[in-house]
Amino acid sequence: MPDLFEDYAAAQGRSAAFDEMFGRDHSVRAEYVQVAAALGELTLDDVTARADSMARTFLDRGVTFDFAGEERPFPLDIVPRVISSSDWDILERGVAQRVKALEAFLDDVYDRMNVVADGVVPRRLITSSAHFHRQVHGFRPAGGVRVHISGIDIVRDQEGTFRVLEDNVRVPSGVSYVLENRRAMAKGLPEAFGQQNVRHVEEYPRRLLSALRKTAPGGIEDPTVVVLTPGVFNSAYFEHTLLAGLMGVELVEGRDLVCRGNRVYMRTTAGERRVDVIYKRIDDEFLDPQQFRSDSVLGCPGIVNAARAGGVTIANAVGNGVADDKLVYTYVPDLIRYYLSEEPVIPNVDTFRLEDEAAREEVLDRLDELVVKPVDGSGGKGLVVGPDASREQLDALRARVLKDPRGWIAQPVLQLSTVPTMSGGRFSPRHVDLRPFAVNDGEDVWVLPGGLTRVALKEGSLIVNSSQGGGSKDTWVLADTPQEPEVPLPAPPEAPRERTHLWPIDVGVADDGGAEEQPEQQQ
Amino acid sequence: MLSRIAESLFWIGRYIERADGTARILDVHLERLNQMPLRQQRQASRELLAIMGARPDTEDFGLPQLLHRMAYDTTNATSISGSLGAARENARRARETVSAAVWETLNTTWYGLSQHRKDVVGTFHFCQWALERTAMVRGSAESTMSHDESWHFLMLGRSLEQADMTARMLSTAETQGGGLSWVTMLRCAGAYESFLRTRGAAFDERYAAEFLLLDRLFPRSIVHSLSVAERTLQELDPSTQRVGFQSDARRIVGQVRSFLEFHEPEDLIHVLPEHTDRVQKAVAQASNSISRKYFSPAAEAAWVGENS
Repeated sequence: MPDLFEDYAAAQGRSAAFDEMFGRDHSVRAEYVQVAAALGELTLDDVTARADSMARTFLDRGVTFDFAGEERPFPLDIVPRVISSSDWDILERGVAQRVKALEAFLDDVYDRMNVVADGVVPRRLITSSAHFHRQVHGFRPAGGVRVHISGIDIVRDQEGTFRVLEDNVRVPSGVSYVLENRRAMAKGLPEAFGQQNVRHVEEYPRRLLSALRKTAPGGIEDPTVVVLTPGVFNSAYFEHTLLAGLMGVELVEGRDLVCRGNRVYMRTTAGERRVDVIYKRIDDEFLDPQQFRSDSVLGCPGIVNAARAGGVTIANAVGNGVADDKLVYTYVPDLIRYYLSEEPVIPNVDTFRLEDEAAREEVLDRLDELVVKPVDGSGGKGLVVGPDASREQLDALRARVLKDPRGWIAQPVLQLSTVPTMSGGRFSPRHVDLRPFAVNDGEDVWVLPGGLTRVALKEGSLIVNSSQGGGSKDTWVLADTPQEPEVPLPAPPEAPRERTHLWPIDVGVADDGGAEEQPEQQQ
Repeated sequence: MLSRIAESLFWIGRYIERADGTARILDVHLERLNQMPLRQQRQASRELLAIMGARPDTEDFGLPQLLHRMAYDTTNATSISGSLGAARENARRARETVSAAVWETLNTTWYGLSQHRKDVVGTFHFCQWALERTAMVRGSAESTMSHDESWHFLMLGRSLEQADMTARMLSTAETQGGGLSWVTMLRCAGAYESFLRTRGAAFDERYAAEFLLLDRLFPRSIVHSLSVAERTLQELDPSTQRVGFQSDARRIVGQVRSFLEFHEPEDLIHVLPEHTDRVQKAVAQASNSISRKYFSPAAEAAWVGENS
């Protein structure tokens, strides 16, 4: 290994985490051999130059997230994260299984609540969830799907076992970075792709559009799909524009929409045009001032009633938040067994439910060694890592937990797996997680082969969120067999030129003899 | 205006579009070639070079040689560097006619040609740079040159070469060994977003080919380029006759354009090679006929170009 990896073994030794590239004996794992060889050819200057140019490309292309009113590029590390095809098989099955179970759970929760009647979960677990919306109780959404798009966060523990960290079935974001990272890497580190079969990610927008169209209200031949964004100030606005662009659909804001007669229309230069499917990228609370926050100007009044009447499909469905509540998360393995009669493919992280008195006491005793999270937070908001917290923070946390035990869960501090990451002129291990994206069209759950790998850029840090100094890595899923491009241009038939003469035989000028081989140049 | 100047302008237009088209083709194919096993890579490199209208000059022609021939070879006007150099040479000879902005842009470009690393990553940057420079030339010509006769000759060269380049782009779909997806094909032409907005959900390779060949509004489509050429020829020679056309070029361009437009594209993919072949031939013929009519009624009167 070249000097860029010089201190890696020592740094790896300092941590108990599972390293994805190197085994405990410092040998390169099989899936990383090609990447290691390509990186071995590079000098520090090369790596720096390429990293700089990738960062500049991101800024130029506007691949940014909005942080405190500023457009920032999401730093992309030059070392990809590689997943072998056997590992991917586990992830793919596990994610699909989980999405199906959550889908069934949501259908049940907003209908008869058999899951409560059968004693799998307590009723108050559901009714006390901040995202259980009675406004959407008692109807099945048009198209029959609630979790069109999901992002299930997965980590690897010290043994290398995949575990689900949390579910995101409301408005999961980050898929734009999956697409953009791949484009940047194809030009930034072409050597590493080499001759291995890295599975393509470019079909995601097409799959998404086809799933959205498939779940449109019945009886519509050519459904109109739109992406609903809160607007240019949203932190994920870039992603909204990218997805709308790649799907070739309109990106609308709430003020572009109008509801009438339980149908939704958008205002266009050619008059009002009916909208059949809304890919909703705003939070439920802001969607419909008639039903939720009446001060919201981001949404469109009447949209929930239109959905109830079956006049429009909203993806993801309103009220999904009850399924990614972190307390419900602790029951998901049971839900998988209950709805699917299967054992979970990917286990959860062990979690304490703080409503349970014995568990709460244990947690409060060990606050300084656990991670405590609010149940309805996302993006790492409100999360407290015990070992890193000060006395005052822990005392404040203790008071808050005692006040609202339903609002918190606790988990052991997990040593997330590490991948080499460029930092300070050399590669050193940094903790990563993984968010695979799944698209559900009602018949089948398709998991995008790849996903968003977020990396904590500070040594030892376990917080990977972009708003807290995280970066990302391109995520490569290796295929066993060579793959064809997803829609290849068909090879033309062997020798059609001699036989078919659809053109007039002679264009008229006789002196074009043999001019085809060399392009003409000035004489 | 002087025939000699008109000819220079015509060729500036052609070389600019050639550099642009070659950069686009190289950029997308490089990504694909780079991931192929060596033997396949060599085969595909040869095929790509053939589509660009050149023959391999060595036995062991592979990716590095292809990069040289398509990007960096200044001695040959089929490469990006060669085309940009030739465009600059022509501008130098017509310096009093082209605007200072155009001349300076071309001249700066020429001096920038050697500032690039010639490995795979460097070539990606080089292609990107070439696209930016050609866009700048077009932009400054558009805003600083009067739309008079000189402008028409520039446009004529540009539109004909654009039709030719798009035809070659479509021909690259024929290369063997791991085809190109339609997405890549559209990206290559810079048509991806336009296509998606036009076609919406109709994801199909047939539509992609149809778009690049027949779309009336997308500037780089063959039909659009040919229509521009046709209109420009008419501007240059507005005389009307009761029957037929005086200018051979107008007849050739019009014929190929209307054949494309009126052809029933039920099995477009199948007949695509024939279409692209015909377009390339017609462009060559039109170019010859323009040259005979406007530039060099007698061949020996022409100045000796850099091609000597």
